[in-house]
Amino acid sequence: MVLIDILISGLILGGMYALVAMGLTLQYGVARILNLAYGEVLIASAFATYVLYTGFAISPLLGLLIVLPLAFAANWLIYRVMLTPLVKRARNRVTLEIDSILATFGLLFVLQGIAFVVFGGQYYSYSYLSVPLHLGGSIVSVNRLLALGFAAALGIALYLALTRTRSGTAIRAVAVDPTSAQLVAINVRRVAGFAFALGGAMCAAGGVLTSMFLTFNAAMGVVFTMKALIVVIMGGVGNLLGALLAGLLLGLIETFVARLVDPGLTLAANFALFLAVLLIRPQGLLGRRAS
Amino acid sequence: MTTTLSGFAASAFVASMIGAFAIAGPAQAQTAPASVKIGYAISKTGPYAGGASITTLPNYQVWVKDVNEAGGIMLGGKRVPVEVVEYDDRSNSEEAVKAIERLATQDKVDFILPPWGTGLNLAVGPTFNRLGYPQLAVTSVTDRAPELAKRWQNASFWLGTSAQISHALVDLLAKLRTEGKIGNKVAVVSVADQFGVELINAGRAALKKANFELVYDKTYPLGTQDMQPILTEAMRAAPDTFIAFSYPPDTMAITDQSRVLGFNPKVFFTGVGAAFPLYKQRFGANANGVMGIGGWNADAPALKAYLKRHTEVTGREPDRWASPITYASLQVLQQAIERVGKLDRAAVIKEIHNGTFKTIIGDVKLKDGLLQEVWAVGQWQDGEFYGLAPMNYAGARQAVTPKSAWKAQ
Repeated sequence: MVLIDILISGLILGGMYALVAMGLTLQYGVARILNLAYGEVLIASAFATYVLYTGFAISPLLGLLIVLPLAFAANWLIYRVMLTPLVKRARNRVTLEIDSILATFGLLFVLQGIAFVVFGGQYYSYSYLSVPLHLGGSIVSVNRLLALGFAAALGIALYLALTRTRSGTAIRAVAVDPTSAQLVAINVRRVAGFAFALGGAMCAAGGVLTSMFLTFNAAMGVVFTMKALIVVIMGGVGNLLGALLAGLLLGLIETFVARLVDPGLTLAANFALFLAVLLIRPQGLLGRRAS
Repeated sequence: MTTTLSGFAASAFVASMIGAFAIAGPAQAQTAPASVKIGYAISKTGPYAGGASITTLPNYQVWVKDVNEAGGIMLGGKRVPVEVVEYDDRSNSEEAVKAIERLATQDKVDFILPPWGTGLNLAVGPTFNRLGYPQLAVTSVTDRAPELAKRWQNASFWLGTSAQISHALVDLLAKLRTEGKIGNKVAVVSVADQFGVELINAGRAALKKANFELVYDKTYPLGTQDMQPILTEAMRAAPDTFIAFSYPPDTMAITDQSRVLGFNPKVFFTGVGAAFPLYKQRFGANANGVMGIGGWNADAPALKAYLKRHTEVTGREPDRWASPITYASLQVLQQAIERVGKLDRAAVIKEIHNGTFKTIIGDVKLKDGLLQEVWAVGQWQDGEFYGLAPMNYAGARQAVTPKSAWKAQ
């Protein structure tokens, strides 16, 4: 009974972690951009959802239809304008990683600054689908369940798209080896830009869905970036199913510890798990060892 | 407008009369400066921005506007407008210290207003002290306040101590138990940082002393927003009273998830954030009956005028805990400057610590650098967050217990 309860609430929490991390795994794994402004994009979509819902009575779920394409376009633009020059001049993966960290670190402050100017520093929170649902003897909130559902659906759909379709294969080829991918007539920059934009849209999906139950303000982006980074590295960089698995695992262990050991140790348990994965499988749960 | 300002105008008038008597010397009357330079460094970005932008910065803005619309601070027989120098401390104590130094040495401001939060106020305390500026450390709750006020004679503390909050809460609970409204069982959760730890330590001791039974007592890491596991366990212990010494995001999460879980203790108490207008806006009628840290005597005309004025100027309502006290501390500063009659910081510090002042929260007289009357426990009743405890304060309301069950939202 308690175990089922833990399992369900752990999966729900883990679903949120996975959802938040999936976009980053695409951006980092395929486009090779370690996007430090990731959390800011997530917060921006949370604000957009808030404005749409409280100002225009557009529900967050309908809001997805507006925010996601916008985020896709904005991220594509960021890649074209800001990151393409870095990609062009980068001689290898390491220089691109360092340059992209510096550039997106700057972007973080720009986005955060805009959010502070527009929304100030105060907390925002609204209520949507905060409705209890009885599930196997335990109670879950519909909005959180929805986030889990989205994470699972997006993760699996994108995994299938990546493994079963031609353009998906191209994306994976770029992720594995950008230089050789060019030899088989893959436009690496276009594919990487697409992956970055797609990652941005998924990040926005995370922002829209988590804004239904999390209290946020303009300063909180970095919290999400850090959480997402842990999940991405744990799952294996660039691996969507890995991110899903790692997110769910983190959620489960956190809930397990909070219920049966001590809620004060949840962070410690999270980092212990992260450390264990790094020690045993440095490439991540489902990651491939770098050649 | 006229009714709004009457409270302010009256106190300004009283202050200016006193000021007029104080500056008897004609020599001083000629040395009135062109402006009074007020500087502050505030967390406009970073993790403290959430608190600073609800409690501190809006009140600085409202006060400056109020003072300047009235012509300024009365100095040497004439009104001198206030000029502001503002920095962002980025929620970083080194930045805050640097900014205070800069305000004093480069901008040469006459007075410096404090940053937001216990941590930053303690961090800049030695600097304020060394530079000889009065420090109105309003938004700092610490059990070390009495000791610090002794060490830093320039500093004053305005939100009481953690022990005061916990003791007032336990006194209220003991009264409710005597009246037969609640039983003995208490569940407590607290955020694992200095604020939460001080509150729970004092609270735990007070609860045990009052013979309450602690059926659940856990802490959670700062930043936790998934409260379901904690609440489920607390719920299983079937407490009469649930206490959370929490911060705003967790306060919102605890309330929302308690509602989803149908966790309905007779007393439901949350920490910082319960007194925010956001709480009322987010939970609507469900806020009614919720208790939290803070409170005010909402029926007092001066506070009603303040609520209206604050909303007009900033577009938002103030929080019902430290906001009115922040504004009152600025009124005290102004009146102290006017009584001294010149920009003599040492004399102003002395006056702040010894004088009695008319403010929106009533007559203020500090004792050993500490504000004495601070609301510890408030409760949402019909859309307003009234002070409940300490129970002997003027305007203290009766607690509504048991809190009615959460409604679907």
